[in-house]
Amino acid sequence: MTLSIERLTVRLPVGGDRENAIADVSLDVPAGEIQCLVGESGSGKSVIAQSVMGLLPRTLRATAGQIRLAGEDLLQVASERLRRLRGEKMAMIFQEPMTALNPVMSCGTQVDELLRQHTTLGATARKSRVLQMFEHVRLPDPARIYAAYPHQLSGGQRQRIMIAMALILKPALLIADEPTTALDVTTQAEILRLIRELQRESGTAVLFITHDFGVVAEIADRVSVLKLGELVESGPAREVLRSPRHPYTQMLLAAVPTLQPRKTPIEGSRPVQLRTRGLSKVFHGGGWLGKRRDVKAADNVQIEVKRGETLGIVGESGSGKSTVARMVARLIDPTAGEVELDGRSLTGAKGGGEREMRRRVQVVFQDPYRSLNPRRTVGAAIAEGPLNFGASREQAWRRASELMSLVRLSPGALKRYPHEFSGGQRQRVCIARALALDPELLIADEAVSALDVSVQAEILQLLEDIQQRLHLTLLFITHDLRVAAQICNRIVVMQHGRVVEEGPVAQVFQAPREAYTRALIEAAPGKGFRFAAAQTQA
Amino acid sequence: MSEPAATVAEPAEPFLDAPPREVARKLLRNPAVLVGGAVLALLLLIAVLAPWLGTVDPTMLDPGNRDLLPGVAGEVTTLTGETFAHTFWMGTDSYGRDIYSRVLFGGRVSLIVGVAVALLSLAIGMTIGLCAGYIRGLDSVVMRIMDGLMAIPGILLAIALVAMWRASLFTVVVAITIPEIPRVTRLVRSLVLTIREEPYVEAARSVGTPTAAMLYRHVLPNTLAPLIVQGTYICALAILVEASLSFLGVGLPTDIPTWGNIMAEGRLQFQQFPHNVLFPGAFLALTVLAVNMLGDGLRDTLDPRFNERGVRR
Repeated sequence: MTLSIERLTVRLPVGGDRENAIADVSLDVPAGEIQCLVGESGSGKSVIAQSVMGLLPRTLRATAGQIRLAGEDLLQVASERLRRLRGEKMAMIFQEPMTALNPVMSCGTQVDELLRQHTTLGATARKSRVLQMFEHVRLPDPARIYAAYPHQLSGGQRQRIMIAMALILKPALLIADEPTTALDVTTQAEILRLIRELQRESGTAVLFITHDFGVVAEIADRVSVLKLGELVESGPAREVLRSPRHPYTQMLLAAVPTLQPRKTPIEGSRPVQLRTRGLSKVFHGGGWLGKRRDVKAADNVQIEVKRGETLGIVGESGSGKSTVARMVARLIDPTAGEVELDGRSLTGAKGGGEREMRRRVQVVFQDPYRSLNPRRTVGAAIAEGPLNFGASREQAWRRASELMSLVRLSPGALKRYPHEFSGGQRQRVCIARALALDPELLIADEAVSALDVSVQAEILQLLEDIQQRLHLTLLFITHDLRVAAQICNRIVVMQHGRVVEEGPVAQVFQAPREAYTRALIEAAPGKGFRFAAAQTQA
Repeated sequence: MSEPAATVAEPAEPFLDAPPREVARKLLRNPAVLVGGAVLALLLLIAVLAPWLGTVDPTMLDPGNRDLLPGVAGEVTTLTGETFAHTFWMGTDSYGRDIYSRVLFGGRVSLIVGVAVALLSLAIGMTIGLCAGYIRGLDSVVMRIMDGLMAIPGILLAIALVAMWRASLFTVVVAITIPEIPRVTRLVRSLVLTIREEPYVEAARSVGTPTAAMLYRHVLPNTLAPLIVQGTYICALAILVEASLSFLGVGLPTDIPTWGNIMAEGRLQFQQFPHNVLFPGAFLALTVLAVNMLGDGLRDTLDPRFNERGVRR
């Protein structure tokens, strides 16, 4: 057994939301296997990784248990020994490779540093070893990458550097903490394949931490499910995913949206509510001393949304989907083209026309933690719109409490501040705020992307209910094909600022015309896997 | 919206911007805030209560009591001819003025200057910074002017300004404030530039919040914490600059006792009678130290960047 964690308990500081970050967790990672650790945010998955690496923050302390790496108890060894073990016997890759790499050192030097510290190789031997490793993790043109700085590389390439760095000393254990969460799906698929291959080749034991069951299905040999610091279920991947025993696992798996499209297009006779014509946005980069760089974020985008329809815009980061949403919401002005609402152009609207338009188009943003002002009560946030449009204070607050009930929160909570709410609850508040002005078109810009899968399911359900009740038109921006498959009638696929494919959701998923769309669907993690929930639904 | 909510509560009591009590509790647990605040409160109390703390007229000349050492007991004769016993705790200067009385009354000037400069420069700098940061077109013009102002060393600018006007408490405060404004403006502007990109500002924009309300409701409250911290540093600096100006003889007129004035006059005799410089100097150092400690404590508690390193919630 490469890594064996026995009855590990890590205590939270006094005043935390529970007594222990993790309690009584036992876990084995044999050589040559990938052990996935799944759980929602706050379940303590990263605490386990940090305990193993000896990187726990000062406020957390392991109070009981053992962590044995090849027989050596990591909780007992001196910090000097631990420092040697890190790198040589165990290594870690992180979620965000940009922050894990030193921005002022070239990539090659950073990997070389490890060899310099842990081996006695000479300079030329070290360099050839690094280049060899770069080739191994399939970085193109290793010599160029060796001299490149982190910001000059793409996210996927940076993560490959991290992997090269982690594996160059051939550690027995690799800990991967959400290594693909910040990456686009196609890149994610490549990185997962790479980790899998390297692991097979070298027989490394891998502890893989993720919140995404798609990723689990893709990569895991064994799965352990963590709930609020306690291990609720553990077993071979197929078993846990196919026939979960613990109700919590069952609930999590049931919340994973399937890639099976659910909705049909709405009838063609409905009037078009939103139409864009040749919508383009060019961002100008560089200052008056630097070289001018123009970025075409959106290029000649034509979309049409019928009244009461849900149109999904999907694409990877940088595809321009959010730019389009923001232009429709008039948060930024288009460089060219027009946005029409019910046949009336919004682009030139000023003064009264613009205000009226603001009322009719509302947005729910991605990050529920940052889209509410931390210094204002949620009631003030919801009441703000009506107050801006001339409602009396009393009317606005009555409206706010109605909306709180509509999004299934207690109206009594209006006086609370955002930090007293969970992510899902905050997103409900944001939805209430958007609804406060009786909009006709609701734009959800990655509105469920930052949420845990079970919360995500609830919010999606809520959005659907509200759409039905209030006959809203929904423009749904997402990078997650699973989510899109659940909620959209039609889908627009964007790449590099252009619309590459458009059609009813079933058609796009089942018979994609464009190679890019096919690649996207192909890359969706866990695509080929039928989860327990999907089976019961089918 | 047609659907009535299931349970409609009474309209919630609109207390929109209640200051979270948590912050106050956290502040009181910070030792730097406590010690700095306590020392400052004590100094303030001393300055306010100066007339009742066994002092005599700080400007009264008394040739009979020239150059007394600290702790000497003697007599004071007022202009009206009254004579009473008085212990010169801090000695007297070469004009026979009681240093103890002068230092206590001088504290009033220092604290008034410190607080007034801090408030004034924060208010003006904040207004300019908010506008420059939020209104794109204004930014480059305003900030170039501020850059220009910052290119002049603060104390030289203050000396020039006081020299231009007649020296008085008001002109000294204004002269110290002006060089501080660009610093506050820069800070506020940089804060506004980040805050304006926050999703909650964008969200407020999408519900039609007008610019003025946006600045007041969303941007301003989120710049306050760093500003309060900056305010304490400005206060400490202003106290030092006022003392320097007085010391150089370009500050407040010599008939007003300030720590700087007392030290300036004591400078000539420093070798024989160091107490003329040491006592006001010690008070000055203590005040600045207390204000800075308070500022550090406030920064650690209020500034979110420091906040996050501590225990979360």
